[in-house]
Order: sequence, then structure tokens, then C-alpha cells
Amino acid sequence: MKRLLFLLPLFAFVVLAGYLALGLTKDPHVLPSVLIDQEVPPFDLPPIRGREAGFRRDDLPGQVSLVNIFGSWCVACRIEHPFLMRIKEEGRVPLHGIDWREESPEAGPAWLARFGDPYTLIGDDPRSVAAIAFGVTGAPETFVVDKRGFIRYKHIGPLTPEAWERTIGPMIEELRRQ
Amino acid sequence: MRRLAALVLLLLAWAMPAAAVDPGEMLADPALEARARDISKDLRCLVCQNQSIDDSDAQLARDLRVLVRQRLAAGSTNEEVVDYVVSRYGDFVLLKPPFKLSTYALWIGPAVIFAGGLLAVFAFYRRRAGLSEAAPVPLSAEESRRLERLLDGDGRA
Repeated sequence: MKRLLFLLPLFAFVVLAGYLALGLTKDPHVLPSVLIDQEVPPFDLPPIRGREAGFRRDDLPGQVSLVNIFGSWCVACRIEHPFLMRIKEEGRVPLHGIDWREESPEAGPAWLARFGDPYTLIGDDPRSVAAIAFGVTGAPETFVVDKRGFIRYKHIGPLTPEAWERTIGPMIEELRRQ
Repeated sequence: MRRLAALVLLLLAWAMPAAAVDPGEMLADPALEARARDISKDLRCLVCQNQSIDDSDAQLARDLRVLVRQRLAAGSTNEEVVDYVVSRYGDFVLLKPPFKLSTYALWIGPAVIFAGGLLAVFAFYRRRAGLSEAAPVPLSAEESRRLERLLDGDGRA
């Protein structure tokens, strides 16, 4: 009994060290989304220049879709763009865009004219209204939305073929069956 | 002289407390503006992470400050505004973590460790004091006889 008491500080140290070590393995820039499995928050964005329709929450229910936050100023968005075009060309899933924080109303449309427009619906969000509603911290971020209009997954950073194979593709299949 | 004045002004501007709020975003009502500043000081900038949105020049921090002001102007209470931001970004957005199940260790942990240390030190000294101050146990009859023999004998016990 006495010996056990003697080992107590060592035990406490091991537990604490393990706990802290676990913390060190986490990337502090990856924030878990609190919106997973919640309904997409209400938003109603005007169209970008050159388009008729804007983009709002009520457009989402009915089918599984992706919502992608991008901006012409965003370097990583440039990297993911070819893959978004592939999603569009192969008709894998409806992809909607939130054109975030453009400095001028021309910037977003010009970017899409130059690199291609993969989006079914696009909303213009210069003041981060929808971005904050979605809890976005940076671009690009992509949300998987189910048939009921609930957020099921958030992908941070460029959408890549690897992320599609591993997580997003199978998830969309699964959500379509539900 | 003009140059000196300009320099003084520049230094003054430099010495101003770091707040990123620019006059354009401020509310006309000073009471509401003060509440907005209060809220902003406790909300974390999600881009720079260790600054409040009140201090940060990041675009997202600016947009959050504007959102806070819009909600206050629309009649929300301070709690409602903070709750809205937390509902989007989680507790992480609060610079001061809330007191709840997942953060008990954070809040109580240091006090528990301190109390444990205090207890250990206390126990250590009490034991040491006990060792030095304890009255010697009187010799038993057998021990006394042995001592007698040792003292007056030839040393062979």
C-alpha cells in the first residue's frame, strides 16, 4: 500500500504527459466544425454578375450536393479548381459555390470565365455573411449537404482526387441511399 | 516645427492601444458601440487564433466585428450575439473557455495539482517532525539486562 502511494506521482505524470502529448499531435489550424449533422444555416445570397440566380439555403434540400467556398484571391482555390471542373464534367454531384469576399464585383466572374465555371448555383458573399453562417475560417472549404439540407461533412483546404476517393465519394454514395 | 508636429502625431498614433476597429464600422450609439467592443475582446480571431477580433486586422475578424454590430443594432443581447458566433465556430471562438464538462480539467486541474503538492509537502514535514520529536521508547526488561551485562561485563554479551 505504501509502495503504491509512492508510485502515485509517477502515475500522475504519465497520465498528464500522455494527455499533453496527444494534444501536440493535433493540428491547431484544423478546427472541428460544430455544424456537422445540423441543418444548413439560413442564408440568401445575390447572384454574381452575369448570372440570373443567386444561392440560398432553400435551394439545397432535395438532393445530395456540395457547397464550395472560394474566392479569386485564394491561391489554394486555384489548385482545386481543375478537380471541381472534373466533378462538373462527369456530373458526379451538383456543386454550388459561395464566391467569398471579392474586392470587386468583376473579380469572381472574371476568374470563372478564365478557368471555367463548375458551379450549378453561385452566391456572392462580399461581407462574409454566408461564410460566417457556415463557420468558415478560410478558403477553400467544401461542405457535403444531404437530401434534407443537413451538413454532413466539412472538407478544409483544396478538394483533391485523394480526398474524393477516400471520404467524399463514398459518403455521397451512402447519403444518396439514405 | 511642422515636421516636429507631424512626428509627434505619428508617435501618438503609434502609441495608441492596438485596436483594429476602424471608424467606419463603429456604431453611432456609444452604448451599443461599447457593448460591441466588449464582445469583440472576448472573441477569437479564427485566422490569427491568438488575437481577439477586436485586435485583429484580418478580413474575417473585420467581418465578424461588423456582424456583432449588426446583431446588436438589431436588438440582440450580448449573450445572443456570442451564442450565435459560438453556434457557428464552437467554443474555440471564445478566448476564455466556458466552464463545462469538457473543460473541467482545464479549470480545476491546476488547483487540484497545487492542492496535491501542498498535501505532499505537509505530509513530508509532519513525518520528519514526528521522527525527530518522538520520545524514545523505554528499554524492555530484556534490553536492560543486556545493557547491564555489556556495561559491567567483559563485553561478551
